[in-house]
Amino acid sequence: MSSPANELPNAAAEAPASTSFGKRKSVPTNFNNGYLRNYFLDQAYDEMFDSDGEVRPHYRLLLETFRCLPQEELARRKHSADISFRTQGITFTVYGNQEGTERIFPYDMLPRIITGAEWDRIERGLIQRITALNLFLDDVYNDGKILRDGFVPREIVYSCPHFRREMRGLQVPRNVYIAVTGTDLLRLNDGAFVVLEDNLRVPSGVSYMLTSRRVMKRAFPQTFRSYEVRPIEHYPQVLLGALRSLAPEGRPEPTIVLLTPGVYNSAYFEHTYLARQMGIELVEGRDLVIHDNIVYMRTTAGLKRVDVIYRRVDDDFIDPLAFHGDSILGVAGLFNAYRSGNVTLANAFGTGLADDKALYAYVPAIIRYYLKEDPILPNVETFLMTDPVQRQHAFENLESLVVKAVGESGGYGMLIGAHSTKEQRAEFRNLIEANPRNYIAQPTLSFSRSPCLMGGGNDPSIEPRHVDLRPYIIYGDKVTVVPGGLTRVALRKGSLVVNSSQGGGSKDTWVLHA
Amino acid sequence: MLSRVADSLYWMSRYLERAEHTVRMLDVNLSMTLDPSSTSEEGRWKRVLAALGNPEGLEWNGDFYGLAHALAFERDNCASITGCITAARENARQVREEITSEQWQQLNRMYHRVTDEAPEKGHRLDEFPAATLDDLHLFQGATDSSMSHGEGWHFIQIGRAIERATAIATLIGVFEWDASESISEGAGSQQFLEWIGLLRCCTAFESYCNLYTADLTQPQILRFLLLNKEFPHSVRYSIDQLRWALLALQEGSGRLVAEEISRVAGRMQASLNFCEISEVVHHGVGAYVQNITHQCRHIHALIYRDYIQYKVHVALPQ
Repeated sequence: MSSPANELPNAAAEAPASTSFGKRKSVPTNFNNGYLRNYFLDQAYDEMFDSDGEVRPHYRLLLETFRCLPQEELARRKHSADISFRTQGITFTVYGNQEGTERIFPYDMLPRIITGAEWDRIERGLIQRITALNLFLDDVYNDGKILRDGFVPREIVYSCPHFRREMRGLQVPRNVYIAVTGTDLLRLNDGAFVVLEDNLRVPSGVSYMLTSRRVMKRAFPQTFRSYEVRPIEHYPQVLLGALRSLAPEGRPEPTIVLLTPGVYNSAYFEHTYLARQMGIELVEGRDLVIHDNIVYMRTTAGLKRVDVIYRRVDDDFIDPLAFHGDSILGVAGLFNAYRSGNVTLANAFGTGLADDKALYAYVPAIIRYYLKEDPILPNVETFLMTDPVQRQHAFENLESLVVKAVGESGGYGMLIGAHSTKEQRAEFRNLIEANPRNYIAQPTLSFSRSPCLMGGGNDPSIEPRHVDLRPYIIYGDKVTVVPGGLTRVALRKGSLVVNSSQGGGSKDTWVLHA
Repeated sequence: MLSRVADSLYWMSRYLERAEHTVRMLDVNLSMTLDPSSTSEEGRWKRVLAALGNPEGLEWNGDFYGLAHALAFERDNCASITGCITAARENARQVREEITSEQWQQLNRMYHRVTDEAPEKGHRLDEFPAATLDDLHLFQGATDSSMSHGEGWHFIQIGRAIERATAIATLIGVFEWDASESISEGAGSQQFLEWIGLLRCCTAFESYCNLYTADLTQPQILRFLLLNKEFPHSVRYSIDQLRWALLALQEGSGRLVAEEISRVAGRMQASLNFCEISEVVHHGVGAYVQNITHQCRHIHALIYRDYIQYKVHVALPQ
């Protein structure tokens, strides 16, 4: 998985030394040996211990389970979980590595637990946010009311590289643009969840959520049962239902396919997994042909009409006639077929407009504009470099900020103020002044840590590591959030980078009924 | 079934069959190189290369051990055994949702074993063929017992049958056939060993002896390898299999009726079923087997034309 996820600076995490901070205490001494001997607390929110160093109630049973587990038994379960991942072929592709290129996705044995109350708030917040963002896309690609009323500046929209003029005036089924979203959340020091970014184009990772649940149920069946975890296994059915509900009119028994860039894509495992789980055909661009603006797939029994395409190919590569002419991943003429209303694409074209890093700053305003409500999940504070006042503020405080290029991901084009040289800051000043639309600044974030099992089979210990949370939101005839999501872990000590290509892993996320 | 999927299954199967044939060729000829022989080392290994269709990048340069290594381990050459298995796995990887986990895991295991056994890692050539044959047989078993015998399975059968018929026909073609000569162990034991070698390359020696006893004559060997009805490595058996799989495919895929494939395959099957070995010898063995490989190529092209790379206008739904 190498999505444009939150590639946060490595450095920021190393900042505050442990203990000696305000009211924070160390781990209670009666835990201070055995598996917890390397545990530490500081001002970052700890998912397992509260600010007094007490175990949070919903983690007690889990911690007890692990503390009572002999080392050999733990190693045995870890080993059988490893084998289960390997034989299922749960791998991701590492680019630029000539040998092999497939690796087992790293995972952690300790689930992350979210209480029912915490989740209900997250769920409401996500539904609110996605509903508003979808209304925004519908508005911008049609009437443009929000632009006329001045709540979002036109320059931001029209200068976004993911804004698709081709989408103007196109009626999409049920007015749903974003059928699938993965929104990245962080929990800050005060315990509140904030939205770091929305992935509205082709979010990935959901197969890891589903497979690690299966493995965890096998590894810790009794613990799982006692916790009354909300199920997530219906994700493929929910997704299939949503895709079916978005079929073009007059196609009551739609043929749905999943379009993959192919075997060399980093998320290819996920594409095969989802296709199999939903029972739909997995197609590549070369399997599809367009005739009279109708999409067909090539089968051994002739051409078969396709009605809905769950596409895991980016806008830019999906139709060489409409977009990148040198792309061989897409299908020539697909965009015209789409505009003719003969096929549905999920997600729609041009949804990347609404996850632009500069537009992100306007999402609270967008929510208020369309829904007349305050956002339930706040944003991270963001300074727009196009605004002279905010820019001035950023220039004066560059040392404590993180500057990001709006079009980049994967940690490129980024300045980490706290760990930059004078020359680097001067260079970024120049870059920002030359193209202010291309940059935003955010404060350096400290986000929560969750207990993880480290040290391998011989010397296991439970240590805190930084985690984020990516829940998946499905939008068909209604908005559904599958309880949980992908908790990504920065497995290296002190690291804030949760991306799997850079030492990140995942863990199962248990959302409790209560 | 998607055409691309059918294509990948077909080639996965062909590559595995090719790997199996090459393993056997390698194994038999390595052991025959140990015995004194009427055939020179050079003649033997050039004949091996000819039987494999003179693959690019593999040449006789005086060192049979080097050539054998290249045939076994050279991963970048898709005619080598490791190359074939790599290519088969690559095809399987692209249709992973279409094959069973049993198949995938066995193929994956085999791939990791052969690529791990490269000579620089200290593994030996003499253990390689037997282990690889075992792996290939396991895959075949997993395929037959875990996969639905539907369209995908039929494409696998077709790939294997075409590859096998072509390989056996080509192998027969590189030998000199002379109907008048009978081979006895007393007369020329070296000559005798060559013919046993040929049978072993087709895993046919034991089955041949069951039918004809160890009495080797050229017409009987030829009849057994070309026309035997029951032996799975005979050309006739492979073409029978091919024909049944093509028929099953036509029934299954409904709208497309591939008349021409049916005619060409049926004619070839009939010619093998109703042929007398003396006629083959009379008209020349070389020409006969060449005609078989030619027809196999023709059927391959027709499968592509009708099932995989058809023109859009002929296949639009009515």
